[in-house]
Amino acid sequence: MLIDTAADFDVTHYLRKEMMPHFLCPGCGHGIALRALLWAIHDLGIEKDELAVVSGIGCAGRLSAYIDANTFHVTHGRPLAYATGLALARPDLHVIVITGDGDCLAIGGNHLIHACRRNLKLTCLMLNNEVYGMTGGQVSPTTLETRLTTTTPLGNQEPHFDACALASAAGAGFVGREVTHHVPKLKELIKAGLAHPGFAFIEVLSDCTEIFGRKNDMGSSPEMIMRQTSMIRPSAYNDTVDTPFRPNALPTGILTKNDRPEYGAAYRRAAAMRAGAKR
Amino acid sequence: MNVVDTALAGDKAVKLISGNHACALGAIAAGCRFFAGYPITPSSEIAERLARSLPEVDGVFIQMEDEIASMAAVIGASMGGVKSMTATSGPGFSLKQENLGYAAGAEIPCVVVNVMRGGPSTGMPTRPSQADLMQARWGSHGDYPIIALTPASVSEIYSETIRAFDLAEQCRTPVVLLYDQVIAQLSETVALKATRRPNVERKWASGPRSSFKPYVTGSDAIPAMAKPGKGYRTHTTGLTHSESGFPTQQPEVVNRNLKRLFTKLDRHRQLIDSWEELYCEDADLVIVAVGISARAASRAVEQCRSRGVRVGLFRPVTFWPFPETQLRQAAARAKVVLVPEMNTGQLQFIVEGALGKPVEGMHLFSGEVIAPADIAARAAALVKET
Repeated sequence: MLIDTAADFDVTHYLRKEMMPHFLCPGCGHGIALRALLWAIHDLGIEKDELAVVSGIGCAGRLSAYIDANTFHVTHGRPLAYATGLALARPDLHVIVITGDGDCLAIGGNHLIHACRRNLKLTCLMLNNEVYGMTGGQVSPTTLETRLTTTTPLGNQEPHFDACALASAAGAGFVGREVTHHVPKLKELIKAGLAHPGFAFIEVLSDCTEIFGRKNDMGSSPEMIMRQTSMIRPSAYNDTVDTPFRPNALPTGILTKNDRPEYGAAYRRAAAMRAGAKR
Repeated sequence: MNVVDTALAGDKAVKLISGNHACALGAIAAGCRFFAGYPITPSSEIAERLARSLPEVDGVFIQMEDEIASMAAVIGASMGGVKSMTATSGPGFSLKQENLGYAAGAEIPCVVVNVMRGGPSTGMPTRPSQADLMQARWGSHGDYPIIALTPASVSEIYSETIRAFDLAEQCRTPVVLLYDQVIAQLSETVALKATRRPNVERKWASGPRSSFKPYVTGSDAIPAMAKPGKGYRTHTTGLTHSESGFPTQQPEVVNRNLKRLFTKLDRHRQLIDSWEELYCEDADLVIVAVGISARAASRAVEQCRSRGVRVGLFRPVTFWPFPETQLRQAAARAKVVLVPEMNTGQLQFIVEGALGKPVEGMHLFSGEVIAPADIAARAAALVKET
């Protein structure tokens, strides 16, 4: 399954060619995540006309403009709230949110935890590059301790968020994490999230080479990506050994999956019952 | 929800309802099928009523996690093609401003109700105020056009809510419905059927996708909207955009598109403008007032007239864009203009700008309404002085 040649997948079918060249920096992991997302959409056979992509502000937020779908680039931190309205009003659409670590966990943190709790059918793809890249490299809620950013010149002293643990604790029906190094695995994870009948939260560990890596002497993009792969524990390890390999590493793969009732369907069902009782 | 049916039937049938319930019923009648809100006094009855009514008409109600999210959800639903509304009061209205600016800039129709209560900050949640007149126009950052309506009775809340939706759809703009806590929670009779008429529908994109540009307009300056799922696959953004919908920073393109946005309501003033005049033709003193203050003023006008004092009333129903020309005509003969309002002089400032001269103000911000007798006494004294 993981050796996927993508023979029938033409990424340009899902891209707005008139928007090229894109504005991402050399070495940025966001393009890999975008490709994995579009690949997953392709595999599931989701029509572009039925696809709505809502994104916030920041580097990740800019990705919606490149996707040949119904795309909405909204206000900072609010894409989940916009998407909630859109998905409730238009259950026929496949609604995907693309957000970043600052957009989703800082200014949009309240919307995230309530989207997880509500469990409306939405797929939230959070691209975590540990930094506010668009605004020039400020500390974010996922910046690791001691890291240097333009607003942590002494090294970051704040603990960072584990976004997946947060989403799981808040009640998300589907939570997963993957690195950009494992593109077919990332694609499969996004596919599983898109197919999930409720709210799906997927964290992609992306890399910001230009703004963040440079400041922290982390080398080139391949070096940053390889560093990430050394920090994670693939889900396959969970099953194969009694004593988990890399017990303290960041788990990846599907971390939470349950069948809590999906909110939109539950609401419509209750409304139909009320209408039936009135008639 | 207390809808009291009266004995009258057919076209004469009236219901005894509060202003907030009239707003909810007006929204349903206008075709509103999505409401997102957050509890706040004194507007919560609108949400409570729609939580019950919307599911009965295949609509959706949702109480969001905060005021910001409810404004965002309303815009999201409207981008999906569904007529949408939110309702709030003072502090909530402040929180709506961020996304209200998005709706104005991206031209997403929606209706925002602000039941004005005392301020600043948490202020007096259960007391009336008229202190958000300026915020309704200038609350979000940057320049943008917006419509605000100021109904003065329960019946008018019903009809103006319907008109708010019609204007929002027709002009592709957010419309703010501004009224105070008194008429929000006052119960009066409303003839619901009398104001029924076909609802205005949004101008939807038609024709081939290849030639469609989401912000190209005809002489009406209102762009057609692409409904998701219809094959147009457009991009909507809060960034300054070109006719294609994509962000641009080219000065001439920015200038052309923003100029069209900023002036688009000017071309539809005949549709938007609404005001009421009472005895302005021969008035020595014209009172300018809105909402509950205008109702007090209309009583004051009657009191003055019965004593032979020639007083008139000019009442903007559409508050923004402000009916300046109509006010200038109505006040042309008057020696004095008096503005009673429940704030420190917001309407007075606008009236002075429109007339190009200082006018008299009566400012009450104690959480009480201005009494007709006080307006009448002040008007009579002013006429006597001149």
